[in-house]
Amino acid sequence: MALSSVLQSPAPGFNFDNAARNAALGRNDGGHTPKPLKTGTTIAGVVFKDGVVLGADTRATSSEVVADKACAKIHYISPNIYCCGAGTAADTEKTTDLLSSNLTIFSLNSGRNPRVVMAANILQDMLYRYRGQIGANLILGGVDCTGNHLYKVGPYGSVDKTAYLSMGSGDLAALGILEDGFKPDLEMEQAKDLVRAAIQAGIMSDLGSGNNIDICVITRDGVDYIRPYQESEFTDDRTIKYKYRPGTTRVLTEKVVPLKLEVVHESVKKMVTG
Amino acid sequence: MERRCTGSEVKGVSTGTTILAAIYDGGVVIGSDSRASIGGEYVSSKTINKVIQVHDRIFCCMSGSLADAQAVTKAAKFQLSFHRFMERPPLVIAAATIMKELCYKNKEDLQAGFITAGWDHRHGPQVYVVSLGGMLVSQPVTIGGSGSTYIYGYVDAKYKPNMSREECLQFATNALALAMGRDNVSGGVAHLAVISETGVEHVVVPGNKLPRFNHE
Repeated sequence: MALSSVLQSPAPGFNFDNAARNAALGRNDGGHTPKPLKTGTTIAGVVFKDGVVLGADTRATSSEVVADKACAKIHYISPNIYCCGAGTAADTEKTTDLLSSNLTIFSLNSGRNPRVVMAANILQDMLYRYRGQIGANLILGGVDCTGNHLYKVGPYGSVDKTAYLSMGSGDLAALGILEDGFKPDLEMEQAKDLVRAAIQAGIMSDLGSGNNIDICVITRDGVDYIRPYQESEFTDDRTIKYKYRPGTTRVLTEKVVPLKLEVVHESVKKMVTG
Repeated sequence: MERRCTGSEVKGVSTGTTILAAIYDGGVVIGSDSRASIGGEYVSSKTINKVIQVHDRIFCCMSGSLADAQAVTKAAKFQLSFHRFMERPPLVIAAATIMKELCYKNKEDLQAGFITAGWDHRHGPQVYVVSLGGMLVSQPVTIGGSGSTYIYGYVDAKYKPNMSREECLQFATNALALAMGRDNVSGGVAHLAVISETGVEHVVVPGNKLPRFNHE
């Protein structure tokens, strides 16, 4: 694509050349187009006495294949706010990045730490505008001057504020643990253990979730991002190395063609610094 | 998440819902259940707030798609906030008209209905209904949402104009309890707001304290 535009200027309008190719590929492959990378996922959050605990598994799947065994699903938003993302991996990544940038600009302009409700509103506005086309299911948790907060934002832009939440394909399994074990004003260790147990339930009962468990504890005093909090006991020992040393592929011939470039136009502009 | 959007016409989280509002002597009671569902099968929230305060003495109840309803009430609250620069608070019909404009102008894209109720200095307690397509109607008592079909008989028989505050509160609680008992996508707690000239009172009736009826 890039090469063709160097030789001739691109035609105006949309280019549908690949549509015929995709249709042909679909026919050959039995109609199976590759699915986008989804995080499968179990994510959960719990509000406890001194703050908020967020937890997530670390498996990213592309259809039946595990694409990433150590995916980071707890995203940084601001020093006091973190966000777990389920759904389409690219969408959650970009949405949380955009949110983080906007809130950093706000912090620089106002000199204040952003509030969790601001983050929830920005997410709601953005996802609602895209009418569900952005597949991001997010759990937003943080501590600010008004207290400890946990929000759930759906892909269509609905917002719900509760004390314990789970989302992702493993959410029902995790929710069972949370419903059973949650109490208001838990201590930190109890809250961490509850979230760990919830993610563990998701990992055990859902095929799309697995591998390690990451935990993020946010309090007034700071953030403790424990990655991994619990490692999967099913590690594989690779018997050979998959890195190839230089020289593995033998070079048969070598031909060097110098590119003769001539200077067509040169202009010098003096920088005025007076 | 996507696998749960099976046969429901509402995309994403639906408020399911039973909402109602009724005028009594001196004020108005507005209330709703607190369940949000996805695809008619999964309860995504047991404690969602559907009674939104858009101004000091004006409340809105939402039904339909939760995302659409939250977006509309946010826009309405924003527009109403400019009324703070006027000498007196906005009229209830002003709030209802704002909701109606948003719903009517965007009727292709939205799937949300509202009940607006409140008290103002000119007309006292009022209840307005903005339906799915953007029709605005004023009524003394009104019910909405999927659970409302089960209580039309009860409301028609039991509502009387000029009830006392306690009678109206009991009527609203009973109606919500009956609807929540029969509609699968309504449930949780009953959120009620009692609005009068003197102020607003929030009443929350937990699920286990709702009135029970003979057949349960």
